Amino acid sequence: MDFRLGEHSDAFRAEARAFLDEALTPEVKAQMEETGIHHNWDFHRKLVERGWLAPGWPVEYGGQGRDRLEVLAFAEEFQRAGAPTYGTGTTLMIANVIRLIGTEEQKKLILPRALGGEIIIVLGFTEPESGSDVAAAQARAVRDGDEWVINGQKMFTTNAQDADYVFMLTRTNPDVPKHQGLTTFLVPLKQPGVEIRAVHTLSGERTNLTFYTDVRVDDGMRIGEVDGGWEVMTVGLTFERSGAQGGESVRLLSAMEHWAATTTDEHGHPRSEDPSIRARLGRAAAENEVSTLLARRSAWVESTQGTSGVEGSMGKLFASEAITRQGADFMDMLGPDGLRSMGDPTAIEDGAAEYSFRFALGATTYGGTSEIQRTIIAQRGLGLPRSR
Amino acid sequence: MDLNLSGEQQQLVDAFGALYAKESSTERVRAAEPLGHDPNLWARLKENGAVEMAVDEDSGGSGASLLDLALVAEQHGRYLGPAPLVEAQVAARLLARIGSDAARKALAPVLDGTRLVTMALHPPPAGVLPLVPAGAVCDDVIFLDGRRIALFTPDTKRQAVGNIGSLPLADLEVPASMVVLASGEGAERLFEEARREWMILMANALVGIGTRSIEIGVEYVKERKAFGVPIGTFQAVSHGLAAAVTAVEGGMLLAREAAWSAEVEPERTPELAPLAFGFNAESAREASYRSLHYHGGYGFMVEYDIQLYFRRAKAWPSQFVEPDVAFGQAAAHRLAAAAKGA
Repeated sequence: MDFRLGEHSDAFRAEARAFLDEALTPEVKAQMEETGIHHNWDFHRKLVERGWLAPGWPVEYGGQGRDRLEVLAFAEEFQRAGAPTYGTGTTLMIANVIRLIGTEEQKKLILPRALGGEIIIVLGFTEPESGSDVAAAQARAVRDGDEWVINGQKMFTTNAQDADYVFMLTRTNPDVPKHQGLTTFLVPLKQPGVEIRAVHTLSGERTNLTFYTDVRVDDGMRIGEVDGGWEVMTVGLTFERSGAQGGESVRLLSAMEHWAATTTDEHGHPRSEDPSIRARLGRAAAENEVSTLLARRSAWVESTQGTSGVEGSMGKLFASEAITRQGADFMDMLGPDGLRSMGDPTAIEDGAAEYSFRFALGATTYGGTSEIQRTIIAQRGLGLPRSR
Repeated sequence: MDLNLSGEQQQLVDAFGALYAKESSTERVRAAEPLGHDPNLWARLKENGAVEMAVDEDSGGSGASLLDLALVAEQHGRYLGPAPLVEAQVAARLLARIGSDAARKALAPVLDGTRLVTMALHPPPAGVLPLVPAGAVCDDVIFLDGRRIALFTPDTKRQAVGNIGSLPLADLEVPASMVVLASGEGAERLFEEARREWMILMANALVGIGTRSIEIGVEYVKERKAFGVPIGTFQAVSHGLAAAVTAVEGGMLLAREAAWSAEVEPERTPELAPLAFGFNAESAREASYRSLHYHGGYGFMVEYDIQLYFRRAKAWPSQFVEPDVAFGQAAAHRLAAAAKGA
């Protein structure tokens, strides 16, 4: 057994850190906080310049052919630093789907621009009436010669305001069981009939509700077979659950440790010597190590067996539930001072605890809620019967 | 990164797994209650080198790594071994590390299997070592007496303390005369290291308890029907098991990492040992609790095996410290390391 990610991963991690020290400027962070947009074109293009948009991709597709563990080490650093990678992530996720199952024309049209940092792609799965039950999507696509006409709504189309395409799950046949009447398209967003309405969230992140009225898309932008959208989704959704986990919690813990190490209580005693504070810090450290290990195991399984099973779900479930607990627990640890908001000049450690308390609510939801993950683990991991 | 066991490690796990399956069935575990010591199991473990392996070759052992011991400890937990494996191994390692003449003299009968030497986890507050692991069945006990490590042979009139985990615990009166094995700052450090090893091996034993608890629960909820369907169909049941198995698997990685670190990244061990101990104390408790609870009223019955796991999941780590204290130790280490770095 060996728990180290290896020399290549260590070296790449060090490069990633040096890059983040330079590129993740206070201005970039301030802009994220002010706008709630976790995509920054300058930062994104700096990544492209380094050839780091898709370091794990094959060289012929614009990647660096790095192995799964190197990519994980890199992703851990970006997550721990709080870099704006949401737009990068969704773009890559869909570019990967196209790389794996797209037509040659689609690859030629999309991949060079996606990896060149010219375009970003966002996700259009969730709708006002369907979230976890992804296959219940109602946005309608109707064929019209060589084109399709789309009408409907999509929820949480984060970064749509900056994006060129939405990867959209649509209903093409309403008369068959729900999984069999779905088709996916790469729909250009910059066209009439697309309306983007900002949606503000508790973590301060800005997302969108998008409306599609007689929006047209060429049949050439259909990904996969007509009514074969669910097969495409199974390719795409797997990527949403693997990757680094627990980075936000690592950042939160180091802020809380800094507070404990540098302040004293009302009697002048160092906080770092308070047993209750130590217990809280140590509990979070245990959870963070477990989150990191579960994510690393998932990447290791992928690197040795091609795909992972329930490991990704376990990592995602554990890390998101852990930060939910930690956000509340660290607010308690800070006492009334925990109320001081991120952005307020009097906030403790820039409001890291109260921010995490809010941020965690998204973490347990996107990419499949905790309930969905538990169902996957129960059925595929424990072999329990299909549940209701 | 490689999370697979080596061929040798797999053989070790298979061999001890087979030994425990034969010599530590739940019938045998029950039969060994309430004292919690099965002399036949203990004899088979010694014959198979379970104590010898813990000691380095130069000191007369077979020099297994802490990770090897951890894998055996996991089997020990899985089968609820009613034998003082962990404390005997840690005490033997401590004697070997001390290396003084007195320590070597004490180690020889441990290696040839004639004496059982255990280790007190807590100092004596008033001339009595409280709740010494294997204290009711040991021949000798090692403890930290201020700044020195000492050994004595407890009074034969000692009483086992009744306890929830059916552990052979005893409060041992410290006699006037004892053998000093080591003294000074080095002694404290060695004793601290031994306690850390006990925590790591206990963490891995708890992984075994948690893993088997989940298996028992899963088997039960697949079979037991309510409202016309297996109860594992209900999310109220399956989600609890899914959350519990996630923590147990994460805890297994952490417990193995802690053991592995002792030889490869020893600077991390003082942090990882208490983290693994505290985390697995809670995850094993949760797994055994969930599993017991999903048995409904049957889980409350002594006849069902899950209660054996539930009681030990709580009792075994309680011999040392509660999870919050372990977490606090890890945090203190992290804070000190950060202060040094800054």
